[in-house]
Amino acid sequence: MLLKEILSKYPKDPEYLIEILLEYQTSKKNHYISPEDVSRISGHFDIPESQVCSVISFYTLLSMEPKGRYVVQICHDVPCFVNDATNIYEELVNVLGIKEGETTPDNLFTLEITECLGCCNEAPAMRVNNQVYTNLTPAKIEKLIKDLRGEIK
Amino acid sequence: MIQEKVVSKRFGKVNPLSIDSYIKYDGYKGLEKAVTMHPTQVIDEIEKSKIRGRGGAGFPAHIKARALANAQGPKFIVCNGDEGEPGNFKDRMLMENDPHAVIEGLAILAYATGARKGYIYIRGEYQNAIKIMKATIQAAEEKGFLGENILNKGFDFKLEVRSGAGSYVVGEEFSMIESIEGKPGRSRVKPPFPTDKGIHDRPTLINNVETFVNFPHIILVGGNEFAKVGTPSSTGTKLISLSGNVKNKGLYEVPFGTSIRDVIFQLGKGVRNNRPIKMVQLGGASGPIIPEYMLDMSIDFDRFENFDSKTGTGAIIVIDDRYDIFDILLINMKFFVHQSCGKCAPCREGHIQIVNLLNKFKNHRATEKDLMSLENLANVIQQTSLCGLGQTSMTSIISSLRYFRDDYFTKVRY
Repeated sequence: MLLKEILSKYPKDPEYLIEILLEYQTSKKNHYISPEDVSRISGHFDIPESQVCSVISFYTLLSMEPKGRYVVQICHDVPCFVNDATNIYEELVNVLGIKEGETTPDNLFTLEITECLGCCNEAPAMRVNNQVYTNLTPAKIEKLIKDLRGEIK
Repeated sequence: MIQEKVVSKRFGKVNPLSIDSYIKYDGYKGLEKAVTMHPTQVIDEIEKSKIRGRGGAGFPAHIKARALANAQGPKFIVCNGDEGEPGNFKDRMLMENDPHAVIEGLAILAYATGARKGYIYIRGEYQNAIKIMKATIQAAEEKGFLGENILNKGFDFKLEVRSGAGSYVVGEEFSMIESIEGKPGRSRVKPPFPTDKGIHDRPTLINNVETFVNFPHIILVGGNEFAKVGTPSSTGTKLISLSGNVKNKGLYEVPFGTSIRDVIFQLGKGVRNNRPIKMVQLGGASGPIIPEYMLDMSIDFDRFENFDSKTGTGAIIVIDDRYDIFDILLINMKFFVHQSCGKCAPCREGHIQIVNLLNKFKNHRATEKDLMSLENLANVIQQTSLCGLGQTSMTSIISSLRYFRDDYFTKVRY
């Protein structure tokens, strides 16, 4: 969706900055807020660019760096850790060929470690964009990544 | 059956997306009754119920409600659905399985306190819950349970969902207020408390999702009846998020006073592969770590406060004997390094030093002096941090120093 359309959905009040940034970022293929976006948003609300940047840098789901089409976030907190999350992470590293914080050369996947996703009853868990996957096994990971790659081609 | 279902009684029975289905199961009966009472009577019932906040701190709910009711002018109610504490999923389950109950609780408190505007703040990771709550608000407005002239009683209450964007500290009251104002979630100095100066410096009341869901039940059965369940200091039931190395992970609801052992062995069916329990972490990353022999302890606010911790979130994370306590502590502490907002020095710098010290223990490079440093630093962070994050983050360290001291000594290099 265009930034203009998203901005027009909300009241013209910087209170809605976090919501707008999150919705806009989710709608973008490379999941990030560019410097041009920042100046357009600050212009819309008539607030300093630094105010927009301070919000983006504070919240971990917001980013000013481009990411892959699929942002894979694996949980590594205690409930997942004691349910084999380390092996799942290793499997992701294997299948994707990248480590935490990196993006594949074809810009399809970015691998991140996230905070608890609130699915500890179905650990280990991960999130790909807004979709949560639970009770993960290495076999499930392999299939999921294959499917996501296939969707593109 | 040791489970007693009050707030989770409709799970699986109602269609969360259908208001008619909710109404069929006594939905909005609490609100309908509340509006026939005087607003102060509603708060009196909440006081008689002796309900304490379910978000972790266990603050008596009626005190906040009365403070807000006494405030003049515009005021706000916030439902805290920023469930960031690792090991917790009860608020997500409530919002996803019985969203109208959350709204009914909010509307009852709005009537009692005179607030005309409310927010449901949900963490950005819970996209499904956000979607459901937004649709639920719309459905409730259409049926006249929210919006203007609710139930033809002439009281208005507008509700809005606000999404977080990945920040643990925003679960803390003032950080959440900053975030609702569209700013980075950095806490403020207390006092003044939110019920004096909150959102846009107006009086604001913040309660946990589970606290709100209890209100319709309290109004329906009456405060005295509600207080008959549980223990004298902790009335009612508690949702327990059980996770870790148990056979049946999941969400359970038990009366206060139930022992942790019963939850793990009767409801969770014990440890997978029948391994021995090495430790149990209560509440989440900011909760104490206790050994197996303490599991007969009952789930009770006052009992938990013996750990200098306020642990009412109700998470129980079971960890078996394959795991090293330093791995667990390091995960907890790296979490806090990442989640510290950076406003105050003890929290911002302290957690980094704690991780450095723990790494020394993990790698058998620590000395007895490091043990002293760890103990001192943990106390400094706990006592001098500005907000609840740093004041509670050291609970796992302090409890492990008490109950697992031998584990530290085996790692000390002589």
